[in-house]
Amino acid sequence: MSIVVRNVTKTFAQFEALHDVSVEIPTGSLTALLGPSGSGKSTLLRVIAGLDTADSGSVYIEDRDATLLPPQRRQVGFVFQHYAPFKHMTVYDNIAFGLTVRKAGKIETKTRVNELLELVHLEKFQGRYPAQLSGGQRQRMALARALAVEPRVLLLDEPFGALDAQVRKELRAWLRRLHDDMHVTTVIVTHDQEEAMEVADEIVVLQDGRVQQVGHPHDVYEHPANDWVMSFLGPVTHFGELMVRPHDLDLAHEPSDGALRATVVRVTRLGFETRVDVDANGVPIYAQLAREATARLNLEPGTVVYVRHARGEPVSVAAAVGASWRPETESDDPPFE
Amino acid sequence: MADASGIVAVQGNRRTVSRYGLRFVALGYLLVLLAAPVAMVFYRSFQHGVGPIWRSLTSAEARSAIEVTLIVAISAVVLNTIFGVGAALLLVRRRFPGRHLLDVLVDIPQAVSPIVVGLALILVYGKFGFFGSWIERNGLKIIFSLPGMVLATAFVSLPLVVRSVAPVLAEIGDEQEQAARTLGANRWQTFRRITFPSIRDALAYGVVLSLARSLGEYGAVTVVSGHVVGKTMTLTLFIDERLQNFDQTAAYSAAVLLAIIAMGSLLISRRIRTRSRSSS
Repeated sequence: MSIVVRNVTKTFAQFEALHDVSVEIPTGSLTALLGPSGSGKSTLLRVIAGLDTADSGSVYIEDRDATLLPPQRRQVGFVFQHYAPFKHMTVYDNIAFGLTVRKAGKIETKTRVNELLELVHLEKFQGRYPAQLSGGQRQRMALARALAVEPRVLLLDEPFGALDAQVRKELRAWLRRLHDDMHVTTVIVTHDQEEAMEVADEIVVLQDGRVQQVGHPHDVYEHPANDWVMSFLGPVTHFGELMVRPHDLDLAHEPSDGALRATVVRVTRLGFETRVDVDANGVPIYAQLAREATARLNLEPGTVVYVRHARGEPVSVAAAVGASWRPETESDDPPFE
Repeated sequence: MADASGIVAVQGNRRTVSRYGLRFVALGYLLVLLAAPVAMVFYRSFQHGVGPIWRSLTSAEARSAIEVTLIVAISAVVLNTIFGVGAALLLVRRRFPGRHLLDVLVDIPQAVSPIVVGLALILVYGKFGFFGSWIERNGLKIIFSLPGMVLATAFVSLPLVVRSVAPVLAEIGDEQEQAARTLGANRWQTFRRITFPSIRDALAYGVVLSLARSLGEYGAVTVVSGHVVGKTMTLTLFIDERLQNFDQTAAYSAAVLLAIIAMGSLLISRRIRTRSRSSS
């Protein structure tokens, strides 16, 4: 295990950011800490880096007790949400910083920085100042700066949060490739479940400072530990007493075993998928269908349909919460006083 | 129609009158308050040419006054630079009990009359004062000597560095410092390589302001200096003493010297401000 967090609790003034959190992060993996605003995911990352200290509990990095070590002695690379570029230094000097403070030799520093500049495709920008770079370039510079000191673990706090959708997708794929090439143990904090699913080998789902579930992205999605995890990881709707994924629902004109009779309220086309809102005896349900299915059924408001759960196993028993809870999309700033 | 255009014309006239009136008042105010007195000081000093000025500024007493002024002002500025940066870092970066008290205390010198400061220093460090008797028994004289004058000057110019640096520290935030720490920099390396370059312009501005304030300080220094000619006489005290003795030439010459230094520092501080504004 590269990082072991044991029974960590952290409180800011009145707010309990982490409650008895224990996590193990395997060497060489890319793990996502996923959760909504205020779930404690950024705080957990900062506790691992030593930027915040836990009230109780311990942190081990590569089998060494790091609980009381200051950040500069933990050998972690940290990429901040807003990159924290050194504004008065050029791209080259930013990346060289970790080597300079370690008093590395001139030639060694130069070789390493040039390697990194090439790795993050910033060779042509090495003489520029951070203010002259785009968001994505700044992000890559911050990553190169963190990698320069050959950290044992790389920690990224919402690394794509401040970028626009297009750049975000590109960098995400690039980061995944980079990780596959370098195998440095990486932890990334995100509130975006799609991002977590796409880049991570393992997902740690956090809510209210507690770990809700740990697992492979596919397992977490298919076998959520509870209703909250299920609704956080993707869209959900109610089917009778059950909470299900809307794309696991089937509509038909003929009744069948276990199907609910309902009336179509609205049909919304979303590219290759169609969202169909139906009313089953006063209970709203929505289903997501493929384009062909919609065309075949010829649905219109008022059409009577039979709703069936397409998979044998129900996913989760419904709680008395709203049917289509969506995660928030703001950043996860711990409430400093 | 004719009536309407008449009204417009009257309003236009009124606007012109009020505009020129405002300029007249503003400029007149500055003239009466600032330009005329300063011009008069220059005029009176140079009335009989440069010779008398040179003579009065190179007299033994004047030279001693210049020297004492520089020693006192520079010592006070050095003290306040160290204290100011430290206090600004404490106020902005740390959360500790008594932080608000420190925040208020830093501003006290601006609110309290310098004469009160001088008296307070005598009460604490004077011969019969709180620490004074103990200090004097150990062979150190503070009141009526240079250390006391440095203390008094440092006290009155205390907020200037803190108040120039603190807002900049708050604005840049601590993420860059945290990043430096994770990259292996210790506290001192972080300060020298990250924090200091970011506050350098603000600090220079604060230092220049402190220097200007320290050079011109009169009230607090007059109480603690004891006016020993050739020993504890600063330029401001020297001006006062010369005036009392009807030696107007010497008084005005020293005044001109102080005014020139003050304007010089003002110009420098202006340049620092425009430079830091254009670079950020």
